[in-house]
Amino acid sequence: MEHYHMNLTLKVWRQKDSKAKGNLETYQVKDVSSEMSILEVFDVLNESLINDGKEPIAFDHDCREGICGACSMYINGQPHGPWAKTTTCQLHMRAFKDGDTIVVEPWRSRAFPVIKDLVVDRSAFDRIIQAGGYISVNTGNAVDANSIPVDKRYADAAFDAAACIGCGACVAACKNGSAMLFVGAKVSQLALLPQGEPERETRALNMVAQMDKEGFGSCSNTYACEAECPKGISVAYIAKLNSEYLHAGLNDSDS
Amino acid sequence: MSLEAKIPEGAMAEKWTDYKGHVNLVNPANKRKLEVIVIGTGLAGASAAASLAEMGYSVKAFCFQDSPRRAHSIAAQGGINAAKNYQNDGDSVFRLFYDTVKGGDYRSREANVYRLAEVSAAIIDQCVAQGVPFAREYGGLLSNRSFGGVQVQRTFYAAGQTGQQLLLGAYSALERQVALGKVEMFSRHEMLDVVVIDGKARGIIARDLVSGKIERHFGHAVLLCSGGYGNVFYLSTNAMGSNVTAAWKAHRKGAFFGNPCFTQIHPTCIPVSGDHQSKLTLMSESLRNDGRIWVPKKKDETRKPQDIPDEERDYYLERRYPAFGNLVPRDVASRAAKERCDEGYGVGTTKMAVYLDFKDAIIRYGKIEAGKAGNHNPDQDTMVTLGKKVVEEKYGNLFEMYEKITGENPYNQPMRIYPAVHYTMGGLWVDYELQTTVPGLYALGEANFSDHGANRLGASALMQGLADGYFVIPYTLGNFLAGEIRTPAIPTSHPAFEEAENTVRNRIEKLMGIKGTESVESFHKRLGKIMWNKCGMARNEKGLKEAVEEIKALRKEFWSNVRIPGEINEFNPELDKAGRVGDFLEMGELMCIDALHRRESCGGHFREESQTDEGEAKRDDANFSYVAAWEFKSDENWELHKEPLDFEIVKPTQRSYK
Repeated sequence: MEHYHMNLTLKVWRQKDSKAKGNLETYQVKDVSSEMSILEVFDVLNESLINDGKEPIAFDHDCREGICGACSMYINGQPHGPWAKTTTCQLHMRAFKDGDTIVVEPWRSRAFPVIKDLVVDRSAFDRIIQAGGYISVNTGNAVDANSIPVDKRYADAAFDAAACIGCGACVAACKNGSAMLFVGAKVSQLALLPQGEPERETRALNMVAQMDKEGFGSCSNTYACEAECPKGISVAYIAKLNSEYLHAGLNDSDS
Repeated sequence: MSLEAKIPEGAMAEKWTDYKGHVNLVNPANKRKLEVIVIGTGLAGASAAASLAEMGYSVKAFCFQDSPRRAHSIAAQGGINAAKNYQNDGDSVFRLFYDTVKGGDYRSREANVYRLAEVSAAIIDQCVAQGVPFAREYGGLLSNRSFGGVQVQRTFYAAGQTGQQLLLGAYSALERQVALGKVEMFSRHEMLDVVVIDGKARGIIARDLVSGKIERHFGHAVLLCSGGYGNVFYLSTNAMGSNVTAAWKAHRKGAFFGNPCFTQIHPTCIPVSGDHQSKLTLMSESLRNDGRIWVPKKKDETRKPQDIPDEERDYYLERRYPAFGNLVPRDVASRAAKERCDEGYGVGTTKMAVYLDFKDAIIRYGKIEAGKAGNHNPDQDTMVTLGKKVVEEKYGNLFEMYEKITGENPYNQPMRIYPAVHYTMGGLWVDYELQTTVPGLYALGEANFSDHGANRLGASALMQGLADGYFVIPYTLGNFLAGEIRTPAIPTSHPAFEEAENTVRNRIEKLMGIKGTESVESFHKRLGKIMWNKCGMARNEKGLKEAVEEIKALRKEFWSNVRIPGEINEFNPELDKAGRVGDFLEMGELMCIDALHRRESCGGHFREESQTDEGEAKRDDANFSYVAAWEFKSDENWELHKEPLDFEIVKPTQRSYK
C-alpha cells in the first residue's frame, strides 16, 4: 500500500483526575505516517510531551489487536472513530488526510466516570456480570461436552452475542448512555444455550436491575450502539433482552 | 539448595490418579479460614481463583487491567487442544502427551505433560457447561480442526477468538464468586513484591494504579498467574502491559527461573512498518494450511508480487522441507524466513518480510466449487470469485484484520509476514505441584516453565492455563494448605511486610528522583533491539556476550537518566511502565546468560554453533538434557541448578522435517 505523511491538529480532552474540571487542549503533530495506528500517534505525541517536560496523555489500551476492549477513544464524535466495526487501536491513519483536525474525548456517560484524561472507570460492567452474567456450575461438575448437543443455529447466534469485548462503545454512542446492548448480548448468549436455561429468568431480572442501579439510561431506540459496536453486535439482542425480561417478569409476579 | 521435582512414584499413567488419591485434604470449616492470593486473571488466574473460591477458600485476585476480562489470554486465536477423540481418528491421552513432548524438542518434564494431556478432556466439558460457544457441527456436536505438528484433529475452537471465549467463561465464573463474596477483586492493581515469612510466601505488596497507594495483603499462599515475558523484546505479539514484574519479584525473593532463554518466535506475523511500531500482530498458524510462503528468486526485486511468474518464485519451505512443506513447526518456519531475508531476498519496504500467498488456494477451491455446481471447465474469473468465498469462510476475520493494519487486500495480493516474539516457554521453575522453590508460592500457566519444553505446539497454551487453574492447583494447593490450618492470618504490621513495603517504596522514589532526559519507552525500545538482534531467532557466543555487557550498560544508563513525569500518588502509567522496564532490564541479562550457557540448539533456541550440515537445529542430549534453573544470589549474580530430564516413555530423537 502506498503510504503518505500528514500534519494534524489534535484536540484532546485533558483532565487531571476524577474531580478536576477538564478541557480540550490543542496539539500539532507533524509527519504522521498513514501506516500508523491512532494509538501510535498518541505514543509519538506522548514521547514529545515527555521530552518537553510535560505530562503525557493518559489513555487505556492493551492488546492493540482489537480484542481486549481496553481502548476507548471518542474520536470526532464517534466511539472508536470513523471506521465501522473497528476498535480505536485498529484505526489506522489512512482514515485521515493532511491538515485534518481530530477531536479526541473519553467515553461520556454518568456510569463511566473519568479517572484521568481519556481513561474512564468501566467497573459498572463487571458488577452487571456479577449480578448474573454466568452459569452457576462449579469446576468438576460438568458432564461430557457432547452430551449436550446444541442446534448449530443457536450455537452460532450465541457466539455472535458472546463476541462482545466489553469496551463500552455502545454506552458512549447512546444519547441516553444505555447499556442495553452490552446486557442484551450476555443475556442472549446464555438464553440461547441449554446450559443457560435454569437461571434464564433470574439472570435477566438481576442483570437489568444492576444496570439500572449503575445509572445507565434506558434504550434510545436509535441503534447508535449497533452502528458503533466494534464487533457488530446486533440490536436484535436488545429485542431478545426485552422479551427475556418481560417473560421473566411475568413469571416472577406469578410466583 | 537442591531441586526436588516431587514426581509421584509409579507408572506414568497412574501418577496423577495416585497423587489425587493420597494427597492431604483441608476440611470445609478450615478452608474458610485460609486465604489465597492470585496474581493475574488470565486463563490460569481466573480459573484458579474461581475454582479455589468454589471450594471454600477466601481468595483475593489482582490484575493490572481495568477489568479481569482483559487479561491477554483474550487475544489467543486458534484453539485449545484436548484428547477427546470425538473425531474417532485415533487420538488418546498418550498421543497428546507424546506430541507435546516431541514438539517441545525433549526439554519438558514428562510427568507434568502427561498430567496435562490427562486433564485436557475435562477442560472442554467444564467450558461447555459454562456456556462457552465452541464451534459446532450441524448435528449439534462439537467441531474440531487440525493444528501444526500433529496428525489428528483435536483442536476445539470458537472462530478465531477461542482465547476470548475461554477467558470470558473463566471470568464469568470468577465474577460469580466475587458476587458470592468469596473472591475480593483488585483491578488496576500491580503486585510489586512477595512477602516471605519464615521461608514461606505469606503475602504481597501491591500498588493501586489509580491512587498510587501502596498496599499490603496477607495470604497463606500466593499464586502467580502473571503470564509470559515476551515484551522484554519490546516488539512482540503480547499486549502492551504484559510484563515479567510479578515473576521477577518472586525470582528475587528465592523462586528459581527455569529455562529463561526459551522463547517462541511465531513465523506468521504482520511485519514492522516503521520506527513508530508499538506491537506486532499475529496471523494465526491455521493460515499455513492454505497459504504458500515464498520470496522472489531475484534479489532487489521491484515488481509487484502478482507480476512475478511462478518460475521466478522461491517457495523455500517446500524446497527445503518437501515432506512437511509450509506446515513445518513454528521454530523451523521462522528460521527459514530469517535466512532468506538475511540473504537479501526479503520483500516490502523494509526488506524484512516474506510472502504468504493464497492465490493457488483460491484457484483450487474455486475449481472444486465450480465442479460442485456442474461447471467442469470454469474460466479464471469464475474460479477466483468462487475460491475467494471459500477462503473468506475459513479465514475472513484474519484477512479483515490484515487489511485494517496494512491497507492491502490479501485476497488480491499475498500477505507480507515475518516472525515475531510470541510466547515464552521458560518461566518460574515449579515442581509437580506447581510450587516454586519458595514454599507457598506457586506459578501457573505461561508464568511457569514446565510443559512446553523448548517449543510450544499450537493450541496448547490455552490448554495449559486452564489445566493448571481448574484441575491441578485445586488438588496440589490443598496439600500445602493442609499443613497451614493452625496458621492464623498474619497481621500486615509484621516486620516482613514493613520491609517489603519499604523496598517497593524506595525503588519507586528512586525512579521518580532520577529526573533524567530519556523516556521509559526509549529505554525499552533499546533493550528490545539488543534482545532481538543477539538473543532472538539465532544466537551465538560472541553476540550473547556482547548483549550481556550492553544490557548492563543500558541498565546503568536507565537508572541514571530515565525521565518519569508526574507524581507517585496519582494515576501514572509512565511510572508503572518504568518499574516493568526496570525488571525487563534484569530479566534480559538472565536470558542472555542462559542462552550463552546452553551451547546446543533445541526448539526455539538456535545456537549457530550447534547446527547440522544442512543448517538445522542440533540438540546435545549428552550435555544439555536438563532444565536450567537459575537462583538469584545478588544483583547480576546467579547460580545455575540443573534438574535432569529422564525420558522414560518418549525417547529423544533428532527432529527431521525433510
